[in-house]
Amino acid sequence: MDRRRNVLMILIALVGLALPKLIYPIVAIDVLCFALFAVALDLLFGFAGLLSFGQAMFWGGSAYVVAILVQTFHFDGGLALVAAIVYAAILAAVVGALVVRRSGIYFAMITLAIAQIEYFVAVQLKDLTGGENGLPMDSRGTFFGAHLSNDTAFYYVAFVIIALCVWFVMRVVGSPFGTVLGAIRQNETRTIALGYRVNRFKLATFILSGTLCGLAGALFARGNRLAGLEMIDWHTSGAVVMMAILGGSGTIAGPIIGAGIYQVIEYFVSKTPIGQETDLVMGLVFACCILAFRQGIVGGVLSIPWRKTST
Amino acid sequence: MSADYLASQLFNGLASGAFYALLALGLSVIFGTLRIINFAHGAMYMLGAFATYYGAQYLHLNFFLALILAPLVVAVLGMLFEVLLLRRLQGLDPVYGLLFTFAATLVVVNLMRLLAGAMGSPYNIPDALSGATNLGFTLYPTYKLFVIVVSIIVCVLVWWFVERSLLGARIRASTENPVLVRALGIDTPRIITLTFGLGVAIAALAGVLAAPTTNVYPSMGDDIIIYTFAIVVIGGLGSITGSIVMGFALGVLQTLGAIWYPPIATTLIFIVMVIVIALRPSGLFGRPESS
Repeated sequence: MDRRRNVLMILIALVGLALPKLIYPIVAIDVLCFALFAVALDLLFGFAGLLSFGQAMFWGGSAYVVAILVQTFHFDGGLALVAAIVYAAILAAVVGALVVRRSGIYFAMITLAIAQIEYFVAVQLKDLTGGENGLPMDSRGTFFGAHLSNDTAFYYVAFVIIALCVWFVMRVVGSPFGTVLGAIRQNETRTIALGYRVNRFKLATFILSGTLCGLAGALFARGNRLAGLEMIDWHTSGAVVMMAILGGSGTIAGPIIGAGIYQVIEYFVSKTPIGQETDLVMGLVFACCILAFRQGIVGGVLSIPWRKTST
Repeated sequence: MSADYLASQLFNGLASGAFYALLALGLSVIFGTLRIINFAHGAMYMLGAFATYYGAQYLHLNFFLALILAPLVVAVLGMLFEVLLLRRLQGLDPVYGLLFTFAATLVVVNLMRLLAGAMGSPYNIPDALSGATNLGFTLYPTYKLFVIVVSIIVCVLVWWFVERSLLGARIRASTENPVLVRALGIDTPRIITLTFGLGVAIAALAGVLAAPTTNVYPSMGDDIIIYTFAIVVIGGLGSITGSIVMGFALGVLQTLGAIWYPPIATTLIFIVMVIVIALRPSGLFGRPESS
């Protein structure tokens, strides 16, 4: 294992701890949630080789679950979070059972189309979801009794949850399970020939990824006190793919850094005259990345030879 | 529910199917040769509509000329895009083609929002096609009939061209075995570029036809492209026949489904896709093969 990866993760954790002091705490919450979203997506794409263009269905769907439970039914925020995770896990199991039989561009197109079902259902259920306006929450709700109206307090609670999730993903990809995922990515047919039930591995990964995307979205909704349709929209699915690849797909640190950089670029572009159309800049950056820099930032840094690389 | 009402709804279904069929056809033509899914297909449809709108605005171009010129202009842009950029991704995992065209979509759509505003502008139905035509059992808008007829003609021509003509045989051969086709003295890169141009032109043509029916606005391709993806998956990726047949069939199904239960109009095509991939993962017209 490359020692630099561990150093990078420690650096990221330190930056994460200091983040609410460096930028607005509310922006820090966004960065944090998108970081987990991108890590969860990349578990599928970078490690299992499955490009999902529909992860927003978990991110946005869970956001609505939290918002509806806290706002409309006055649930405890912690319980609502658990419910949102359960929702994402069940949705991922159902969708996953269907989509893991395909891979490549088929997989991307099918996940994209299925996510649109949830989007249009959310549009139809106006009474529950608020339709075009989204569903604002009066408060974040309590967290198992504790009040989290302070942005910084909420950030650190979310930080602990998300750090645990990222640590868990690191353990998963470093485990024998993760090794099989790598084999599936590199040569699915040969992995089947070796006797692995490939579809079960893919399904398990899809469920784990979907659940984590859901958790990230639920935290995002609580942080911003809002669940909106744009959270399910395919632009959001695309944005998280861009974050993961810009930062460096297949490295846990990459998607985290990618999410941070994406937010930073978006923030600065929104201050310019073309601030309404930040996607124009993101699209250009991502197009260059695909043409010339497919490893992403972390992938590029790690590929530089290093004399201390352990064997 | 009267039979006349049902018949006119059937025609409405064919009219929306006409757009699906053209877009799915273009997507399939491109996938057939380049092996990539052109995410920017919806953006090219939108550019076709804008070319029509600007043509009328600044050059007083009439609709029927736009029907020919706008697809040509957009196709030239598309071919430049293929030669200068997309070609660099050849030989890579096709997923990168999807990602790159996704990025291109963001750029083009947002650029058009800066130029034209997000709301867009109306484009009137040409005088010659306004009003209604008597079909014997009902009066039906002439313009919608025109859309159905043009779409069917173009679909049949393109199907014949790709599946039956000599150049079509070369296109298909370039996909099957580019090295051998090259050895026979055929310029495969040029064939690929021209085929991409053809696919883009069909998308732009759908955009021209759409201009008088909706406002011309930058994100007009955003929703329809996802429906098109679902239709192409249902028909079988790369199957020309599947794209055309399922394009019309699902347009009709969507319209009739909306009579039965209006809210299902937006999701029915995706639900059909889910059923089809559960039962027949390679699509209704696709050859069973691993993707």
